[in-house]
Amino acid sequence: MSLADWLSSGPLLTDGAWGTELQSRGLDPGACPDAWNLAEPACVESVARAYRQAGSRIILTNTFRSNRISLAGYGVADRTVELNRAGVAISRAAGDGLVFASIGPSGKMLMTGEVTEDDLFAAFSEQAKALAEAGADALLLETMTDLEEAKIALRAALPCGLPVVVSFVFDSGKNKDRTMMGSTPEQIAKAITAEGASVVGANCGVGIEAFLPVCRRLRASTHLPVWIKANAGLPVSRDGRIVYDTTPEQFASYAGALIEAGANFLGGCCGTTPEFIRALARVMP
Amino acid sequence: MPELQGLYDAVVNGDQKAAVRLTKEGLDAGVEPMELLSSYMIPAMDEVGRRFECEDYFVPELLLAARAMKGAMELIRPLLTASGAQPAGRVAIGTVKGDLHDIGKNLVASMLEGGGFDVLDLGADVAPEKFVDAVENKKVDLICLSALLTVTMPSMRTTIEALERAGVRDKVKVIVGGAPVTEQFAKDIRADGYGENANSAVALARKLVMAARAA
Repeated sequence: MSLADWLSSGPLLTDGAWGTELQSRGLDPGACPDAWNLAEPACVESVARAYRQAGSRIILTNTFRSNRISLAGYGVADRTVELNRAGVAISRAAGDGLVFASIGPSGKMLMTGEVTEDDLFAAFSEQAKALAEAGADALLLETMTDLEEAKIALRAALPCGLPVVVSFVFDSGKNKDRTMMGSTPEQIAKAITAEGASVVGANCGVGIEAFLPVCRRLRASTHLPVWIKANAGLPVSRDGRIVYDTTPEQFASYAGALIEAGANFLGGCCGTTPEFIRALARVMP
Repeated sequence: MPELQGLYDAVVNGDQKAAVRLTKEGLDAGVEPMELLSSYMIPAMDEVGRRFECEDYFVPELLLAARAMKGAMELIRPLLTASGAQPAGRVAIGTVKGDLHDIGKNLVASMLEGGGFDVLDLGADVAPEKFVDAVENKKVDLICLSALLTVTMPSMRTTIEALERAGVRDKVKVIVGGAPVTEQFAKDIRADGYGENANSAVALARKLVMAARAA
């Protein structure tokens, strides 16, 4: 099956946030969510299953931070390969459907010399290889903020032979339509297409309303399918708790317009839950 | 007399080598360190901030300018200190407990250094007691708290509460920032301000420290 086959019957519903779902199952805030792939695999699988049951045709893996550089911050760099393999196995076990393996940024900045290109390439290669060998259907480089880092990750991921999605955060500038490093959707789409990605997209960032113009501009700048996973708005503090204000219904009310704007994959990022995916499933074509 | 306008340009263009060379030439020619700082370098950083606000500059340009500024400041600071001049302020900065993300925090720290602040970087995953200690023992004027995760935002509140419990809250200004943080959240947790980005954080830091010194 190829990417074109997967998309032949229209836009595909992906999943919602994992970190907050794991916290509601007892993960300590600030603890490494990925470590639960080995410590509490049943809890991780219950998140994956909740998204499958909500209607996700594609679910991700709990491997966002499972690159050697980020895991070192949690003191578990020596478990890198195991955590990635377990992440794919857990998502696979949660039911039929596609598994796109999540690869997040390193959390270090190339420009300031905190990390070198070689370090990044080695870390992303190791993670991509582990995810591919464990049987992921595609690789997802998500929440990218620096085009240079994303290009290195993409070069590391491509030799695995799987489709690679590259998704950026657009949350900077007056109109919240630039990456942290100042790239526009047009610059991102063109560069990522030229580098050989299979899908380009936007995730995280600000509320779903800001994704409409970004989606349109990505669509206009590439022939590749477009991946969109928005946050449930920005969090607010209420009675001492941090909550998201957007409801699943409000969120899902943007689905039609996003698909019209060119989205081929639709799901949620921070603050979204299986309820959001259920609401999207009700309105997706 | 060296061409000092070049120092301004070097900072605006983020050319650290030129900034350091021109600062050295200026000092060798007998220009007062304070003159270099207040007539060329600080106006240059103001211009960098202006370009950032109108989206001519983004984070990479800010970082380069801050680096140029820092290089020049390394030559100037010892002379200023010797002459008894005060830094713009003393700041303790850190990512709050439970949060390991430090890109935003590092960016604000370099911009503050570029803005002439004396910066004490406490790192990431910083316990509230360390901020209390910075106020009690390091005489900081300002605390900058960073959080990237929604789930660690409550650590900003507990840090401010720890300052209150230790009885030092009125000795220091506290500003907060990070992707999920909002102006409203800053108000809710009784912070003194919210920095939407690294540039506005420096402007806010200046304003708060100046107001506190005037009081």
